[in-house]
Amino acid sequence: MKFVFSMIFLTVLSVPLMAEGDADNGRQLYRHYCTQCHGLEGDGGGINVKDMAVMPRDHTDKAEMSARTDADLFKAIKHGGKSINKSMLMPQWGNNLTDQQINDLVAYLRQLCCSQ
Amino acid sequence: MKNILPRFLLAAVLAYPAIAATADEALQSCRSCHALEKPDYENAASKAAIDIKAPPLFYAGNKFRREWLVEWLQKPVRIRPAGYIPENHTITKGDKDIINKQSLTTHPRLNEEEAGIAADALLAMTPYNEKIDAVDYQPGNIAWRMGQMNFGKFNNCIGCHQDEPGYGGLSGPELYTAWDRLQPAFIASFIDDPTAWNPRTAMPASDLQPAAIQKLADYLKVIAEE
Repeated sequence: MKFVFSMIFLTVLSVPLMAEGDADNGRQLYRHYCTQCHGLEGDGGGINVKDMAVMPRDHTDKAEMSARTDADLFKAIKHGGKSINKSMLMPQWGNNLTDQQINDLVAYLRQLCCSQ
Repeated sequence: MKNILPRFLLAAVLAYPAIAATADEALQSCRSCHALEKPDYENAASKAAIDIKAPPLFYAGNKFRREWLVEWLQKPVRIRPAGYIPENHTITKGDKDIINKQSLTTHPRLNEEEAGIAADALLAMTPYNEKIDAVDYQPGNIAWRMGQMNFGKFNNCIGCHQDEPGYGGLSGPELYTAWDRLQPAFIASFIDDPTAWNPRTAMPASDLQPAAIQKLADYLKVIAEE
């Protein structure tokens, strides 16, 4: 019984992660919040990278992006790169963006990396 | 004396509306690029962020130092290397993005009198006094090396901001002049929660502890005084 309750609890908790993202809204958000580092084309060549010790992720790298789950991407955006053992140069956006907006970004990232 | 005093008073009365009108005019010209009233952030679509041309000024009185503002309005220089909304001034060249300098606009230059009037009108706008009052920050000093590590390695402010000319990210405003431009309590409050000031800000709200905010604000003081 405890197990059933735990499963229900976990399911409720994971609702934001499972929500459908709107890639079009994600594209607009990406342009405003992400392109400075990840680049207008999402390839990691933004205007801020000149003095960075670690280059931002190339979001057009299909192989690299396919190795990340949607939950990983959501977590990295919401809590920062450190939360998935990646670079701490990637800040947390959980106080700036709603869970729905982060899901929209994840949907756009999927389009960016893997739709072609 | 009998004749002079009434004339002087008349002149003063006549002059008053002229000065007031000038203040209105000064704000009117600011309005074409800056938000002078709080935008409807709650109902605006995310696109709204890219429609604003320049920093919101409706809380200018809680943000700027008068001395700096009066001087800057007379000799405006670029503070944000890529403009207020960097993505609108960025182009891709080859495999990297560069700032499209031709798309950047310059700020109008005011004369001394206009600058004083405009600064006073702007500094009268203080809707966020309670945010400033809530700040528990007393300016202090920090060893330059320690401050630099906090600004760089520990908190990655350097990703978007320059702490010295020519070094650091380009999307945020340069910060080696921040202490001269901004009120110390505003600096501390904005680092603590930039979204409380501007929900559309591209600066991440990072849940920093008060001690970390103290170190960062003190570093801005140290680099300005260098």
